[in-house]
Amino acid sequence: METVTGKGKVSVSFLEEVMRKSGENLNLCYQCLKCTVGCPTAPYMDIRPNNIIRMIQMGMKKEVLGSSAIWFCVYCQTCGTRCPNEIHIGVLMDALREMAIEEGVPAKEKNIHLFHEAFIQSVRRGGRAHEVTMLMEYMLRSKDMMKGSLIPGMKLFLKGKFPLLPSFIKERGEIKRIFEKCQTKIKE
Amino acid sequence: MKKRLGVFICHCGVNIAGTVDVKSVAEKIGKIEDVAHSTDYIYMCSDPGQQIIRDAIREKSLDGVVVACCSPSMHENTFRKAVRSQGMNPYLCEIANIREQCSWVHQKEKEEATQKAEEIIQATLEKVRKNDPLEAISVAINRRVLVIGGGIAGITASLDLAEGGYEVILLEREEALGGHMAQLSRTFPDLDPAFSGLHLKALEVEKHPKIHLYCYSELEEVKGYVGNFELILRKKATSVNEKKCTGCGLCIENCPVEFASVFERGMGMRKAIDTLYPSSVPNKPVIHREHCRFFIDGSCHRCEEVCPEKAIDFKQEDERILEKVGAIVVATGYELYPKEKLGEYGYGEISDVIDGIAFERMISPNGPTKGKIIRPSDGKVPKEMVFIQCVASRDPDRYMPYCSRICCMYTAKHATIYKEQVPDGQPYIFYMDVRSDCKGYEEFLQKTIEEKGLLYLRGRVSKVFQDDGRVRVLGVDTLTGKMVEVAADMVVLATAMIPSDGVKDLAAKLRATVDRHGFLTEAHIKLYPVESSTKGIYLAGCGQSPKDISDTVSQASATASKIQALLSTDKLLQDPLIAFVDEGICSGCGICVEICPYEAREMEPHRGISVVHSALCQGCGACIASCPNNACELRNASANQVIRMLDTFI
Repeated sequence: METVTGKGKVSVSFLEEVMRKSGENLNLCYQCLKCTVGCPTAPYMDIRPNNIIRMIQMGMKKEVLGSSAIWFCVYCQTCGTRCPNEIHIGVLMDALREMAIEEGVPAKEKNIHLFHEAFIQSVRRGGRAHEVTMLMEYMLRSKDMMKGSLIPGMKLFLKGKFPLLPSFIKERGEIKRIFEKCQTKIKE
Repeated sequence: MKKRLGVFICHCGVNIAGTVDVKSVAEKIGKIEDVAHSTDYIYMCSDPGQQIIRDAIREKSLDGVVVACCSPSMHENTFRKAVRSQGMNPYLCEIANIREQCSWVHQKEKEEATQKAEEIIQATLEKVRKNDPLEAISVAINRRVLVIGGGIAGITASLDLAEGGYEVILLEREEALGGHMAQLSRTFPDLDPAFSGLHLKALEVEKHPKIHLYCYSELEEVKGYVGNFELILRKKATSVNEKKCTGCGLCIENCPVEFASVFERGMGMRKAIDTLYPSSVPNKPVIHREHCRFFIDGSCHRCEEVCPEKAIDFKQEDERILEKVGAIVVATGYELYPKEKLGEYGYGEISDVIDGIAFERMISPNGPTKGKIIRPSDGKVPKEMVFIQCVASRDPDRYMPYCSRICCMYTAKHATIYKEQVPDGQPYIFYMDVRSDCKGYEEFLQKTIEEKGLLYLRGRVSKVFQDDGRVRVLGVDTLTGKMVEVAADMVVLATAMIPSDGVKDLAAKLRATVDRHGFLTEAHIKLYPVESSTKGIYLAGCGQSPKDISDTVSQASATASKIQALLSTDKLLQDPLIAFVDEGICSGCGICVEICPYEAREMEPHRGISVVHSALCQGCGACIASCPNNACELRNASANQVIRMLDTFI
């Protein structure tokens, strides 16, 4: 086993930073693992969601921001709905992704951050994600034609899950304001 | 004259009848000459079942009853009461155990089980044929109570008993009441000050007309039995006339001798004459003769000179006091496992590694640091604090196998109080599990973790050592699988609770038993948790097992109510199934006196024979087995009866 702290103390500044940016009280976690057992993407993660929280408590910034797990989270909110201590790990993962981008920590998986950015841009434009324009943006930027996803994509299209035209929410100005507010907060 | 016996065979649902052919057994037994009535029923212990027995006794004028059913420890009393209601002596009713000793253990051998049930009943019939009608032994009872230990357990039990109108003798080894609770700062989960509540109760004890308080005193000898204990107490010389002393404290101020205080866990000093702690109950000082210069070389009389009441009495001697009581509460409390014996935590040689009670003293406003958390080595405020739980607890190989039960909560409390006092400090808590199983505990724990940002590390500490003025703690966090190293300023060890010093000797005096760790054992962990297996001895507090204040107080009140029930009558009734002596045969060799574990056998000097003290005898049979002349017999289990019973089997 490696030593967490070379000499000196376990850094709590990372924990405080994450708690501030995500708004989640990570002190409450008592490692019941309810989040991890329900998570549909946990089997593919390099670090399980409960361990992500533990590593944040232990100040393991490099390992957490460099993990694939934070990019694998699809924000389905199963964890947050079930958590006995009301920790929304989806929100936490989102904050960690933003921190990783800010800190310039590259994701292990190629292009995974581009997918995240395309998703955010899509939400920014219309107030909700529009899959077709989102995927087009991702493909253009990543040069990844997603050939393996062609057949599942067709199935989704036939079920009407891929509307060609985007539908926007009514108050798009509000979304703009939210994004502006978030960005000024991050800069602070 | 021929007996008229009745046999009643219970089906116990299918428990017996599923294996034993009860009908055929009843029929066969019914053919025995002196059996006037033999029947079976689905549940003999039920009301209709008992009615069958009552009716048969009346109608067939029975003079002996055998109920073939479950173990006598279940329903012997039920059936004896039933026969008594018809005017039959209850000791003429016997139980033939055909459930635990037959049907349950022979479920696959039905025929053999049926035969065995029949034989068991026949053997029991043999016993009943020779049983004597007996009357319970009635013993006069002393309605006073001795409480040993003046901690919160002893205080609570004494007050409850005194309020119930019983006279109490409260014995405390130290100079004042309070026990360990007097050392505590605040109590979990409500963070109430511990001392003020305790102090009120202690004052109540001191003033109560029904409570005789003996502090600085010990129990020297106990004789007797439940209802009639005879005690010899030793009141150690305090060298201060307590009637004259007003507790002004001038002597304490003027005493030139100081030594390390055990009460303050060695972090503070005390005088050769002083009270256990400020405003102690009773608030009268004591001279510690091993430290006092008058007693060492006669060179100092300062206290005597300054005392305005002339209360100092260097010539005072230990006093022996005789008392009589009917019941005894043992509330001897606990001690913490000595950190000097713990190698990986520095053998107690690192001054900044302290135990839980030392930390309690540190955060107590009346403690050696006036409530300030500072490093014992240099007086600086610790910025990195490590708390280690399960130190010497839950370690069957090297230390104590049990859980000490209070450490999880007091560590959370300690870390909370630390964080309140040092907001920029960081507490780390090493734990194995966090056990918070009582009312409000889990909520308290979660709240402290949420609000105070305590860092709980799930894992053990491998080493604590001094390095560059700090205490380095090597451990592991098993939730991440990483080794952890903390350069701490101070370490608090939550060491195991162990029984307080001298409990084994005391238990031997009381003929009470202790377990292999020295905790007093209860008669039954579930059904008789506050009674010792020795009649008349009751247990309260941590002397029985580690527990917190809430549980201690509950247990103390439980002992008080048990004792009130015991003492509510003038006479105690005891089982008459005890030893008796055939005076014509006894040669007075005295072997039985030596062998009796209850001190119930005694030589009668005039006649030169051994007699039985009926109130003390428990009917164990040790004297009977050891008597070389067969002069002793057990009532209703004579050698003749036992041989006849065996004959039916062979």
